[in-house]
Amino acid sequence: MATTATAPAYTHAGSEAESGLWSWLTTVDHKRIAALYLGTSLFWFLVGGLEASIIRLQLMFPNGRVVSAEMFNELFTMHGTTMIFLVVMPLSAAFFNLLIPLQIGARDVAFPRLNAFSYWVYLFGSIFLNVSWFVGSAPDGGWFGYTPLTTLAYSKNLNIDFWMLGLQILGVSSLAAGFNFITTIVNMRAPGMYFMRMPIFTWMAFITQFLIVLAFPVITIALVFLQFDRFFGTNFYEIAQGGDPLLWQHLFWIFGHPEVYILILPAFGLVSEVLPTFSRKPLFGYPVMVYSGMLIAFLGFGVWAHHMFAVGMGPIADTVFGVTTMLIAIPTGVKIFNWIFTMWGGVLRFTTAMKFAITLVALFTIGGISGVMHASPPADLQQTDTYFVVAHFHYVLVAGSMMGLFAGVYYYYPKFTGRLLDERLGSWHFWLFFIGVNLTFFPMHFSGLYGMPRRIYRYDAGQGWETFNLLSSIGVGFQILGVVIGFWNFWRSRKSGEVAGNDPWGAPTLEWSIPSPPPDYNFAHVPRVTSRYPLWDVKTPHAEPPPQRASMSPRESPRRLPTAKELGIPMPNPSIKPLFVALFMTLMFASLIAIHKDRMQLAVVLVIVFATALTASLYAWLLTPLEDEH
Amino acid sequence: MSSTTAAIHAGHPPTTTGLDHRKIAIWAFIGSECMLFASLISTYLIYKGRSRTGPFPHEWWCQATNATSATGPIANCPAGALYKPILNIPVTSQSTFVLLMSSLAMVLALAAVENKGKKGWAGPGWGGRLMESSKLWLLATAILGAGFLCYQAFEFTSFVHEGLTIKTNLFGSSFFTLTGFHGAHVTAGVLWLLTLLAIDMKRGLGPRDALLVDISALYWHFVDVVWIAIFTLVYLIR
Repeated sequence: MATTATAPAYTHAGSEAESGLWSWLTTVDHKRIAALYLGTSLFWFLVGGLEASIIRLQLMFPNGRVVSAEMFNELFTMHGTTMIFLVVMPLSAAFFNLLIPLQIGARDVAFPRLNAFSYWVYLFGSIFLNVSWFVGSAPDGGWFGYTPLTTLAYSKNLNIDFWMLGLQILGVSSLAAGFNFITTIVNMRAPGMYFMRMPIFTWMAFITQFLIVLAFPVITIALVFLQFDRFFGTNFYEIAQGGDPLLWQHLFWIFGHPEVYILILPAFGLVSEVLPTFSRKPLFGYPVMVYSGMLIAFLGFGVWAHHMFAVGMGPIADTVFGVTTMLIAIPTGVKIFNWIFTMWGGVLRFTTAMKFAITLVALFTIGGISGVMHASPPADLQQTDTYFVVAHFHYVLVAGSMMGLFAGVYYYYPKFTGRLLDERLGSWHFWLFFIGVNLTFFPMHFSGLYGMPRRIYRYDAGQGWETFNLLSSIGVGFQILGVVIGFWNFWRSRKSGEVAGNDPWGAPTLEWSIPSPPPDYNFAHVPRVTSRYPLWDVKTPHAEPPPQRASMSPRESPRRLPTAKELGIPMPNPSIKPLFVALFMTLMFASLIAIHKDRMQLAVVLVIVFATALTASLYAWLLTPLEDEH
Repeated sequence: MSSTTAAIHAGHPPTTTGLDHRKIAIWAFIGSECMLFASLISTYLIYKGRSRTGPFPHEWWCQATNATSATGPIANCPAGALYKPILNIPVTSQSTFVLLMSSLAMVLALAAVENKGKKGWAGPGWGGRLMESSKLWLLATAILGAGFLCYQAFEFTSFVHEGLTIKTNLFGSSFFTLTGFHGAHVTAGVLWLLTLLAIDMKRGLGPRDALLVDISALYWHFVDVVWIAIFTLVYLIR
């Protein structure tokens, strides 16, 4: 097991075309694509946060006058859509991209150009969705887009068209990435990297990809029906013709509930990497963690109708979906206990990443418990459409997913950039965000139980909601401060952070055996894996505590790493074609907007033009070999 | 250790399963497509019998009285207001046969590519030589697929002439969307096959390229199987 565990800090071998705009537009390197995902999703996090801040400003006091009712609808719709599809999913995708190949000992993903394509589709789709702000028709039907509110009869402007076409475009990105990562994990594991030796993040990523490829087709079809209804006058959600608006709800939540596990499982995976490292103990109950992840995903497809108790499905359906929903608490609870037992008796190091990770364990439990509360239909009928539900899903998604993803950013930043984030700023980021999240979302439990409905843009004084709303809005101030400090830290440390070296944390998995940031080929020698914690086996064969990180200053004369060429490793060529295919596909979807304006002929012409361009660039892509002949 | 790593340096390390990446990916894709068609077929079945007005798939319909009959023409229906059951099972059985035969041709195309260069593997005489021609079978598959599409175009236009469009009722919306999605998949498959045929004409497909044909065959057979489900659930079951 002579891996390259001890390589020191280094300079890039300076292979040509490594910097500059063109190199980013044509990159097919999973680490650079990961960085693109990271930067783009963090940008949208600021936008989504701005939308949330305006919402809280409006609700800070009774009868708020900051925005109109229409604007409020657009704000909460775009806040939800942005945070789910443009922030948490792509931020998770940043880690999938960075970590899956590194953790399984591969040199890239299975289809590097498809990977670039996924990113560009995400970028163009996110821009398309937000262009709606500038034409004055941002989506306003909620992130769930319930019919008949979203049908043409009740929404005559472009708002919903942007939403449904935008989601359709983003779905292509997730699906393409899903096929890519499934293939990568099944087929590119290094010798000895059996499934039950895979790092738990890769496991959770693997399970998440199955959720994506099985759940996204369902919303694709639900959206196709909505598009046909709005554009071509079909009857899928047309009540007058016997159409059933509940069809939308069923299809949407068959996608929508697996989607919430798509949002949380990657964060669970990151936390399962962070906790063992900073507890200096292997993950407690590794196989059970894997199986509980699978069970969560499996059960996740059988609980969708708990979002629909209020529509009156009858006692049998209510009971069945109530019970399956409560069942999910079991594998989730197992995970919580395994994380606690991982820390139990460990040598804990409270780095910023660790603080974020522990916070997920603690606060997700709160959100999980309120989730079990509205798994019970009678309780849910009281809580549905109130701020109690808002409190619940922000505890699982902000205090859960986002905390886990921030833990991931602090933990893996050195792998992205080669430098450590500042721990002092990180501490400020953590504590302000932690206080802000709790101050914002905990009072919502009370305003909800006092009967405050969701999605109202104004409320009268004297209903006992004032204090809770004020507290929630003040909490947002803390969150903003925390995020600003955190982002300053992310920006600043790229250049000025302490040089990290291969393994700044004394971590056990393969990604820490190679330089930070890794060379384009990742592994000079394909590693041979003999256990779940290969680096701990090398460093501490007799279970002694791992040595402290040797301090490495940039002034030490760094060793030059060999290039892929010198090592004889075949590398994929950069390509601009995935970008063009993504661009033409986005334009093709976008031109459907013309139908709404009764410009059917224009739409047909545009679709044909862009479809032709799309096909031409796709053939150009497929007929160009990935690598030079070798 | 060093000698093994040196060997790995030349080219890519072998895949974990020994299969090509594209083979794994196409199976993942097919799994995803199952959910796509499951959503479409479920919607068709949920909306079955819930259209407010005709024409209907299996029943006669009188527009004037909105009466239906499963057995035969409705008496006392004014002239021009009587609609036949829309689905034409004999014609669709023919198109189903054509599509099934295309799968047979696809199997033969794959066999021809996999065995190319093996003298006389398909038996003696002109029959054997016919079997050995990958171009013939790729073309046959594409033509049969295109034939199925012609049947579908005929079916769609005749339905429109009989008074059923995608806007008419729930049956029209769900039927045209479901079968239209299937037809779009067949169209993509035909283009894929023609691309393979063009490559075959240009440089010849041999055992080295068998994977290219293999994954297109998996897709093609999948689209075929979906049609069997649609034909059974939409056309045959009342």
